Amino acid sequence: MGDTMTKGLTKAALTGAVFALALGGIAAPAHAQRDPAYAAARAAGQVGEKMDGYLGIVGAETAELRRLVNDINIKRRAVYSERAQATNATIEEYALTAGCQAILATTPGEKYQAPDGSWQTRTSAPPMRDSRCP
Amino acid sequence: MNRHELTDRERLATIHCKQGKQGMRGKTKLAAAALASLTLAACVTVEAPDKPIVIELNVNIRQEVIYRLAEDAGNTIEENADIF
Repeated sequence: MGDTMTKGLTKAALTGAVFALALGGIAAPAHAQRDPAYAAARAAGQVGEKMDGYLGIVGAETAELRRLVNDINIKRRAVYSERAQATNATIEEYALTAGCQAILATTPGEKYQAPDGSWQTRTSAPPMRDSRCP
Repeated sequence: MNRHELTDRERLATIHCKQGKQGMRGKTKLAAAALASLTLAACVTVEAPDKPIVIELNVNIRQEVIYRLAEDAGNTIEENADIF
């Protein structure tokens, strides 16, 4: 009987562990990394950070790039919307602020939009940003 | 859509002394104002900046709002690293 009980407990523990792992796998993407296609497009300078807080296509537009950029921007807008409500701001205000930060966070070689609307390649120097950026 | 009319060179934000001749433009106007302020201490002179002040009317978002949101937006970007 004791044996059966031990087996039962072990089984329960194992099931619990597997369940926890599965749950963790689902809940994990809080600090998830960029999708490989997005990371590659960024590194290649095909997409860049716009002043308004959204992603833009830098060079020639392809259907695949458009889909990728739209997908990211829809997700960003959802996040901006939620945080704008929480901080008592408009989506545009929040998005512009995030744009300031996202441009600052670009790494050398990546593209960003300068205040005059032109696309620039980030160097080790600070990026050219809107005068209102903190 | 930048408008320069508000600080056009024609309407420099300079308050002139009573002695200042009207009708002078640009640097002459500034020089006259500066000279007048030397001779008459009571004269108040407000010098206009060299470049016209560009007021962006297309985006009506104030800097103080951006400063208030900056920290929160920074955290949001960190927490959603997959889409930024």
